[in-house]
Amino acid sequence: MKNIRFLILGFFFAIVLSKTQAISWYRFYEMFKFQSFHMFGIIGGAVVISAIFMQLFKNGKIKDINGNKIIPKPKKKGFISTILGGTFFGLGWGISGACAAPIFVILGFKLVPALILLVGALLGAFIYGILSKKLPN
Amino acid sequence: MDFILQPWPWYVGGPLIAISLLLYFYFGKNFGASTNFETLCTMAGAGKVSDYFKKDWKERDFAMLFVIGLIIGGFISAYYLIPNQTIDLNPTTVQELTDLGFTNVANQYFPDKIFGEEAFSSLKGFLILLLSGVLIGFGTRYAGGCTSGHAITGLSSLQLPSLLAVIGFFIGGIIATWFIIPILF
Repeated sequence: MKNIRFLILGFFFAIVLSKTQAISWYRFYEMFKFQSFHMFGIIGGAVVISAIFMQLFKNGKIKDINGNKIIPKPKKKGFISTILGGTFFGLGWGISGACAAPIFVILGFKLVPALILLVGALLGAFIYGILSKKLPN
Repeated sequence: MDFILQPWPWYVGGPLIAISLLLYFYFGKNFGASTNFETLCTMAGAGKVSDYFKKDWKERDFAMLFVIGLIIGGFISAYYLIPNQTIDLNPTTVQELTDLGFTNVANQYFPDKIFGEEAFSSLKGFLILLLSGVLIGFGTRYAGGCTSGHAITGLSSLQLPSLLAVIGFFIGGIIATWFIIPILF
């Protein structure tokens, strides 16, 4: 069970999100209303430091646990899909104050509402799967 | 111990999230969260309805363990690590939400108006949560990522699609908070 390390990482990540209030509805509301620096600081800080790690991956200074070069998967391209999909996600995120990882974390705080969100998210992913070939990219 | 129980400031959060990303890649996998919605669909048998979900979910068992870790971490945080959920919210934000009829604003992480029992047991409240969930699940998969996959992994590796996705996140989030929330509540 070497993958148990991912369980520990998930546990750690959940605590980071919880303790920095990055799962709170209020924190995302004020972010989208540009009334506070808090979430911009968290996400911006994470991006800047991650960019340094990405450089270290790229020039091979940091390799993965098996000694392989780390190459982040290229994101699928498509102007309409990323903008439109992003906007749909932003709508759900702005109303419920939940993005993907926090939904699982919020189960511990507000079990029933988080379950409703999760069922909705699975339904949404299912609808996407069914329509994926017909949607514009 | 005091530090563990206090809220952590943004300049602690950013680096710790980056370290989570680093470890995820170090363990040999691509950092992200929203693909798990698809994996859970596959586990629930969605492959019988659509070929899109005909995948071997066991190839993503590591991600399911990550999800289990997220859930356990959520419970531990809620019950033991956050004795006080008060949020140091901008007074303007507090006033705005109070005017919209929100009560106990920023005294807890989640407002009763959306997450309280009275809210989610009403048809309107239930549908608000369910449809938000649908938008999150559909939107992240259509865009190919969420905050972790696009905003953090994608932007930090300088991928153009992620910039477009993040612009989309903000278009949606701004429409939701500036226009939809005042209509809903």
